[in-house]
Amino acid sequence: MTFTTPEIAWAPLAPVIIVLGAAAVAILIESFVRSAETRRRVQLGVSVVALLAAAGTAIVQWVGLEGAGTVVLDGMLTVDRQSLAWQVLILVFGTLGTLLFAARTRAGEEAFTPLGSVAPGSTEETLARRKGMQVTEVFPLALFAVGGMMLFTSVTDLIFLFVALEVFSLPLYILVALARRRRFLSHEGALKYFLLGAFSSAILLFGAAFLYGATGSTSYTEIAQGVASASGVDALVLAGAVMVVVGLLFKIGAVPFHSWTPDAYQGAPTPVTAFMAAATKAAATAALLRVVYEAFYGLEWELSWLIWGVSIASMLLGTVVALVQTELKRMLAYSSIAHAGFILVAFAGFPDGALSALPFYLASYGLATLGAFAIITQVREKSEDGTVMGEATRLGQWAGLGKRSPWLAGAMALFLLSFAGIPLTAGFVGKFVAFAAAISEGGWPLVLIAVIASAAAAFFYVRLVVLMFLTDVPEGQEDAVEIDHSPLARAVVVLTAVAVVLLGIVPGPVLDAFENAGVLLLGAAG
Amino acid sequence: MFPILSVMVALPALGAVLLWALPGGARARVRELALAITGVELVLAVVLFLQFDTSAAGTIQFSETYAWIPQIGTSWALGVNGIGLLMIVLSALLTPLAILAGWWEDKDPARRTHYLALILLSEAFMVGIFAARDVFLFYVLFEAMLIPLYFLIGSFGGGQRRYAAVKFLLYSLAGGLVMLVGVVALYFQGPGGDQAFLTDNLTGLDMSTTAERLIFLAFFLAFAIKAPMVPVHTWLPTVAETARPGTTALLVAVLDKIGTFGMLTLCVALFPEAAAWAAPVIIGFAVVSVIYGALLAIGQKDMLRLVAFTSVSHFGIMVLGIFAFTQTSIEGAAFYMFNHGLSTGALFFAVGFLIHRYGTADVTAYGGLQRVVPVLAGTFLIIGLSALALPGLSPFVSEIMVLIGAFSVAKVAVIISAVGVVLAALYVLLTYQKVFTGPAPESRKPVMELTRRERVVLWPLIALMLVLGFLPGIAIDTLRAPSADIVATVPTEEAGQ
Repeated sequence: MTFTTPEIAWAPLAPVIIVLGAAAVAILIESFVRSAETRRRVQLGVSVVALLAAAGTAIVQWVGLEGAGTVVLDGMLTVDRQSLAWQVLILVFGTLGTLLFAARTRAGEEAFTPLGSVAPGSTEETLARRKGMQVTEVFPLALFAVGGMMLFTSVTDLIFLFVALEVFSLPLYILVALARRRRFLSHEGALKYFLLGAFSSAILLFGAAFLYGATGSTSYTEIAQGVASASGVDALVLAGAVMVVVGLLFKIGAVPFHSWTPDAYQGAPTPVTAFMAAATKAAATAALLRVVYEAFYGLEWELSWLIWGVSIASMLLGTVVALVQTELKRMLAYSSIAHAGFILVAFAGFPDGALSALPFYLASYGLATLGAFAIITQVREKSEDGTVMGEATRLGQWAGLGKRSPWLAGAMALFLLSFAGIPLTAGFVGKFVAFAAAISEGGWPLVLIAVIASAAAAFFYVRLVVLMFLTDVPEGQEDAVEIDHSPLARAVVVLTAVAVVLLGIVPGPVLDAFENAGVLLLGAAG
Repeated sequence: MFPILSVMVALPALGAVLLWALPGGARARVRELALAITGVELVLAVVLFLQFDTSAAGTIQFSETYAWIPQIGTSWALGVNGIGLLMIVLSALLTPLAILAGWWEDKDPARRTHYLALILLSEAFMVGIFAARDVFLFYVLFEAMLIPLYFLIGSFGGGQRRYAAVKFLLYSLAGGLVMLVGVVALYFQGPGGDQAFLTDNLTGLDMSTTAERLIFLAFFLAFAIKAPMVPVHTWLPTVAETARPGTTALLVAVLDKIGTFGMLTLCVALFPEAAAWAAPVIIGFAVVSVIYGALLAIGQKDMLRLVAFTSVSHFGIMVLGIFAFTQTSIEGAAFYMFNHGLSTGALFFAVGFLIHRYGTADVTAYGGLQRVVPVLAGTFLIIGLSALALPGLSPFVSEIMVLIGAFSVAKVAVIISAVGVVLAALYVLLTYQKVFTGPAPESRKPVMELTRRERVVLWPLIALMLVLGFLPGIAIDTLRAPSADIVATVPTEEAGQ
């Protein structure tokens, strides 16, 4: 076997290179800048500039791109409008997430532990806190995650699929473990996430091996040809395809591959939860779209039972379990599982419409998620002596929030209504285009179930609205909750709220852009 | 041409925003401001009515079409025919009266502002829905309207209001989401393109029988919940009992008409064959609504619940008229939608005035008011008689039109429904008797006579019912042509029984 060095077209990779390059620089900054305070500022600056520059580059490439896109690295990656659309989306989520990472409470407290390597509750931890230490490594970690996710969206080869998956997953495992408060919970969440993540990677890799065995290639196009040329269904191909899809469903958080979600969402520092919920789902959906449409398109009939079953199970379980949650972050975790089901609805029958509907759905879902978690970072418990503690995530603590802070509660209500899919919010347009895509290929029974699940899901979103606006602050609890004012978190709330309203009322331009992106991928799929 | 319908949607919506944006100090005269905005809206509605060309009542007039989200084929398309026109006039008429009727509520200016802004927002949605000529636009407004209503019910009112608000929202949302499936499915039956959702482009489609029936049912369920028909009516009494009388008046008198309006202008007009197919069953449910609503009304102690159940009964008659598919019955149903708004609106306002005096809606707390406040008693009696369709008042005309029109196709249904009309006499007169005649309860406070403001609310409604009772042609002329169009689309086979 001879090894030929592939020709690498660097230019189409510019957005990814900017992000990963900035991540490398950020690691150097970790080593050379001593003062924690300066380091934090520099890291924030570098991250935001890099992410915005990458987004700008991706948009410029988008505009200049003609035809079916550029194949890079011997067909391992394809840069086309579909992947660029997802990359811009992930970069937007990354930027907003980074702003949240840097947000601090009025008392100057970050969301992250001062030193990740010390045991919770130990004297070393107290010392580290007193010395004002900070884990500014979170910024390069986030950059690596963003870079990996961006690659994930343009992968057209199973080997690279695995590499990109690991590039973005490993930083996330670490980030989940770094919560400042309730560190055991954070460690538990990270461990579960890591173990199940490793498990899913193994399944994906196993599936890739099967596919290589059956078709002799790891490239999507050649797998597609192998699928097409096989007479009847090759058991090896089918097993491989199912395992690859299952590996990706883990990352999307669909039932029965969802069990890490509630713990990881609850344990992780809230900014990490926000970023992870929005961006991971988007990246995994993008990768699933590409592998399904470019490699497994011929297996539609065989894979549809999997998609239907997982979709229905996710919607039902997510909705029903969310109904009984009393912890806000867990409730949103189960809501995200239900949303994973709604995402899969758009896959029913592999409709062309899914290629433009899903980016929009994920945009609306991600923005509302980032906004909702940003608000959660702002609502704090207060102890009896008046010190502000961690986030008030028990549902009961949100009673009467509408009276304390009408604007913040109003924004939360907006995000919840968008999750529920009420018209004039982005979530409605997202649901509409996703359901329309499914119905165009005869998936209306699935849509009907989705609609019933939406109605049930509305119940727990509305329950929080009731708590915030229609319930009085409980007697004696008037001082138990404090509204924090972090300018960075507020900026995220305002930006996401404006985006959710705009996408709800004038979604035209964005829909247009994504429609453009979908057509090209179809062209490439042939 | 002047986009009068868009202005009529925008004016109250902007008014609501203005109210919310007012600084605390400027909120002292917020009621006058809200009244002025709705007053201008009423003037616009009157202009609309006068400008409307009655000789061409069946065609869409004041039409406006702007591209909204061409990617999914939806437009900001407004326009009215005779039916939509009357409903818009009704909305514009009742909103200022509801504000006047609730003048005394809320001492806190912030709360008052919030309430009035929500009322204005609801008015914007009502006008938008009655004018919408695009199915997607209709749906969006239909669902988005739930939000102001939810807060109107949940934030203002008594007792179990949170429960009522959630019940209302979930019922409506469930119906709405099922309708969404229908809306999406309809898109794929239609011609597609930038204006795929215009009702003109969706009328007379060549659909498979199964598709047409399923989509019809998806739409019908949403409208039956809104209307409300038995067995999906149970949210209404709960809401009526807890919400403010002003809110309930708007809700039952205008907003619930969206249900029957939707049946008439979307369900029947877009899916005539499926409508004819389902008509016998729907008429069955309508008759059950008529009788069941009337029977339950007789059993109520709470006057607000009572009026709510009478409305369930009356909505049954409207649905009967719509699905009998004769010229007279549809005209009658559309006319009844307007008259029921006048009569029930007035009834809820009047009950609200009683509650203001006594602090309770429980009939057993009342008695012997006739001698103390004769004007109030007389006004109440006339309004009550309008609800039982006394000849000379306009509800009589419409009710008799429905019954006569439907008789040729659904004899049994009409005969049973006529029993409902007799029952109506029972519940109205029994209530009047308990509240206004007989001995006064001990421990009675001194009672105010009908104030001037309250007369301004109730008497115009009575006057209008009298005028339309003797000269129904004013309204019916605008309904004749649209009804004829609807009758013409429905297959001519025997629809009833």
